[in-house]
Amino acid sequence: METLERIIAEHPFFAGLDGGFTNLMVSCASNVRFQPGTYIFKEGDAANTFYLIRAGKVALEVRAPQHSPIIISTLEVGDILGWSWLLAPYQWKFHARAIDEVRAIALDGKCLRTKCEENHDLGYEVLKRFARIIEQRLDATRFQLLDVYAVKR
Amino acid sequence: MATTPKIDPMLPQPFVVHEVSKETPDTFTLRLDPEDTIKASAFQPGQFSMLWVFGVGELPISISGDPALHDRLVYTVRSVGQATHSLVNQKAGSSVGVRGPFGSGWPVDAARGRDVVVVAGGIGLAPLRPVIYQVLQNRKDYGRLVILYGGRSPRDLLYRKELAKWARSPETQVLVTVDYGGLGWRGHVGVVTTLFKYSRLQPARSVAMVCGPEIMMRFVIRELEGHGLSRDDIYLSMERNMKCAVGFCGHCQYGPHFICKDGPVFRYEQVSLLLEKYEL
Repeated sequence: METLERIIAEHPFFAGLDGGFTNLMVSCASNVRFQPGTYIFKEGDAANTFYLIRAGKVALEVRAPQHSPIIISTLEVGDILGWSWLLAPYQWKFHARAIDEVRAIALDGKCLRTKCEENHDLGYEVLKRFARIIEQRLDATRFQLLDVYAVKR
Repeated sequence: MATTPKIDPMLPQPFVVHEVSKETPDTFTLRLDPEDTIKASAFQPGQFSMLWVFGVGELPISISGDPALHDRLVYTVRSVGQATHSLVNQKAGSSVGVRGPFGSGWPVDAARGRDVVVVAGGIGLAPLRPVIYQVLQNRKDYGRLVILYGGRSPRDLLYRKELAKWARSPETQVLVTVDYGGLGWRGHVGVVTTLFKYSRLQPARSVAMVCGPEIMMRFVIRELEGHGLSRDDIYLSMERNMKCAVGFCGHCQYGPHFICKDGPVFRYEQVSLLLEKYEL
C-alpha cells in the first residue's frame, strides 16, 4: 500500500527535497476524493490548500457576466492544482471542477505557510518549486493568447 | 528524399473529384482519383501537390492520404479564400488539375527502429497523417508512436474518429488538446506544449515531426529540446507561398532555401536560425 510519505517523496514536484522537509509536508497532507462535477474550489473562496492530483481530471473554469463559462486549462495525474494559498490575499482566482472522479493529496497551505515563515530554507524550496509551475503556466498562457490556429484575414 | 514526377512538372494532370467530406466547419477532405489514362504518382509522406481549380487558380496543398493507396490522392483543405473555397466546393465528378508530388518528405525511413513523435497543431495534422498511416501499417519497424495534437476548440479538431482509432493501436499514445474548451468538452484543455508532460518521451530514441503554425512550432521545439531531443532528430514542415513548385520562380524562397524544392520538410538544424528572423 502506498503511504503518504512515499507518494510525496516520489512525486516529481518534491524531488530533491530534504527528508526532514518531506516529513513536514506529510504532516500537512491528507487524501481526498471528489466526485465528477463537484467543485474543488470556487473563485473568491479562501485558498488554504493545494493538491497533488493522483487520478482524474480537473477543469479550471473562468466565469464572467454575459459570457458562457469556459475551461481555460485542465490538470491531470501528476499535476499540482492551486497556488493562491501561497500569496495574499489567499483567495482562489478560478473555479476548479472535477471532470471525472478525482483522487488527490491535499496539502494544508495554511499549515505550510506557517512552517515556511518559521523555516525560510523550507520556504525557499517551496517557492522555487511553485515558481517553476507558475513559469510553465505563464508560458502556456502566452502561447494560448496568440490564438495561433485562428484564420488570419 | 523527393520523388521526381516522371511527367512535365509544370503540366497539370486531370483528376476527378471522387468525394469531398467535411472535417470541421471550414475544413474539408477531398479524394481525387486519376482519370482513366493516367496513374496517381506515388508520394512520400510530407510532400505536396499543386491543385489547379480551373478558372480560379492553383494552390499548394499537402497530401494527407495513405501513401499505400496508389489509386487516389487525398488532401485536407481549409477554406480561407476564394481559391480554397472554390476547391472545397467542387462536386463529385468535376475535374481538378494536379501537379506533383513535390518537395521533401518526412524521414519515415530514417525513423525505422525509433520512436516517432508526431506533434501537430490545427490543420498541421494533415501533412502528418501519411506518417501515421505508414507507421501503423509497418508497426514492427518502429518503436512507440506518440501523437500530440492541438486544436483551437473541439469543433476544430480534424480526423476525430481516426484519432480515437489510432489511440487503440498498440504502442501508440494519442493526446489531444484544445486551446479553448466549453463546459461540455471532457478532454484536455491547454496549448499543445502542455501535453508533453503526459507523453513519456524517450528522447534518445525519438524522432519528432512537427507541423503547425510557425509560432506553434517554435514553442514545440523549445519543449522538445527541453525534454532532451537532439536538434538532428527534430523535423519541421515549413509553409510559404509556393507558385511553380520546382524552384524556378523564387516565391517561396526562405533564406538560402526554396521551400517547394528543398522543403517543405526540413531538419530543424537547417532552419533554426531562419526561424528567428521574422522578416523571412
